[in-house]
Amino acid sequence: MSFDNAYEAITEENSSRWAFGTGFEDPLSGVDTTIPDGVDAAELAAYCLMLGDDALVFSHRLQQWCTNAPELEDEVALANIGLDLLGQARLLLARAGRAEGGEHGEDYYAFFRDEHEFRNVRLAELERGDFGELTARLLVLSTWRLALLHRLTGSRDPVLSAIAAKGVKEVTYHRDYAAQWTVRLGDGTDYSHERMTEGLATVWPYVDELFTPHPVELSLARAGVGVDPSRTRGEFDDVIGQVLGAATLTLPEVPSVPGVSGRAGRDGVHTEAMGYLLAELQSVARAHPEATW
Amino acid sequence: MVTALRDARAVAETVTDPELPMLTLADLGVLRDVSEIDGKVVVSITPTYTGCPAMDTMRDDLVHELQRAGYPDVEVRTVLHPPWSTDWISEEGRRKLAEAGIAPPGAAPRAGTGPVPLTLGPTVRAVRCPRCGSADTEEVSRFSATACKALRRCRACAEPFEHVKEI
Repeated sequence: MSFDNAYEAITEENSSRWAFGTGFEDPLSGVDTTIPDGVDAAELAAYCLMLGDDALVFSHRLQQWCTNAPELEDEVALANIGLDLLGQARLLLARAGRAEGGEHGEDYYAFFRDEHEFRNVRLAELERGDFGELTARLLVLSTWRLALLHRLTGSRDPVLSAIAAKGVKEVTYHRDYAAQWTVRLGDGTDYSHERMTEGLATVWPYVDELFTPHPVELSLARAGVGVDPSRTRGEFDDVIGQVLGAATLTLPEVPSVPGVSGRAGRDGVHTEAMGYLLAELQSVARAHPEATW
Repeated sequence: MVTALRDARAVAETVTDPELPMLTLADLGVLRDVSEIDGKVVVSITPTYTGCPAMDTMRDDLVHELQRAGYPDVEVRTVLHPPWSTDWISEEGRRKLAEAGIAPPGAAPRAGTGPVPLTLGPTVRAVRCPRCGSADTEEVSRFSATACKALRRCRACAEPFEHVKEI
């Protein structure tokens, strides 16, 4: 068989040789996404965006560690964790799209929303710090997320419950990875102890926000679909206490960073770091808005 | 049609995993169901990890193989529940993994009823070296080239090897 050019020869007949251009773009393809009775679809969509944006934005921060991690093993670990979170984000953003009526797919939510439309907690978006800061942030975010996802496995929305059940398996080892590094650094040398202490002090001002419920979270918790994050504080404190105890570290005494007039990440009010993060995350898709890959 | 359906299932069962090509999707436990609905072959698959980038390729491969076998109308559905477990890898799949130098997984941890337990110390697992068979192996990194594998080293023959981690 002859071809006019090499490109035709390699794309002819069987696209399965290639990872791109398969035409399958919906991670919820074939999943029944009917909204359960009595659940407000707009609230469900907003809630999926909250959990999805936490994963998407923190995944982006983790991806920035590629080629910057202290050792190859940790480079691979952080890329793996970032990939897991990206997978969770894809499913959750796609779930939000179906709940909103199916007009938009996951890419729309990731690439074509503006800063005030993102509903992630601010801790996910903060500028990348050193490895101590990363360890502290991953410990806090994964401990919190695991507590949420674990409860969400009982959600009345079967799609959310299924996503949570898969997520629990993954975030369990994300938390173990962060906890083990916290112990290694905290109970290591004087210098590593100091850096880990600084890392905790950097992230701790954003911890209270994680447990401040948004009205949508409260409403969906009452409906048996979502989780009131304030109910996970006890479990979070227990786990963090256990890790910091083993790491010979103490809780930092730093004031919380309040939102603006009581509004923070869940309301679309973000820190300065968010605009720069989105500029990087969205630039390719916005430069080529019609492109598919 | 019963015969045709069995054939469609047989075709779907030959499709291999893009990242572990020694295994079929059936060996891996990713292929959940093959059925026929209104003259259409419907294949159900489940992702191993939520971020598994091979899912799109698996769907594409299934459609291509079934079309080549004479089934023009193929739909691939995603099943998210129950979540995939390494316990679903078949005995045949475990044998093929070991033959390819990848240590197969042990039994997956069982989910308890209370909060998920924290693991602060190193986890000791009895993983045999797929090359020399020694049980004297250690984990180098819980993360490896794909989401589903850990990196280990054999203390007896000094070879590094991959291990499909229990999930």
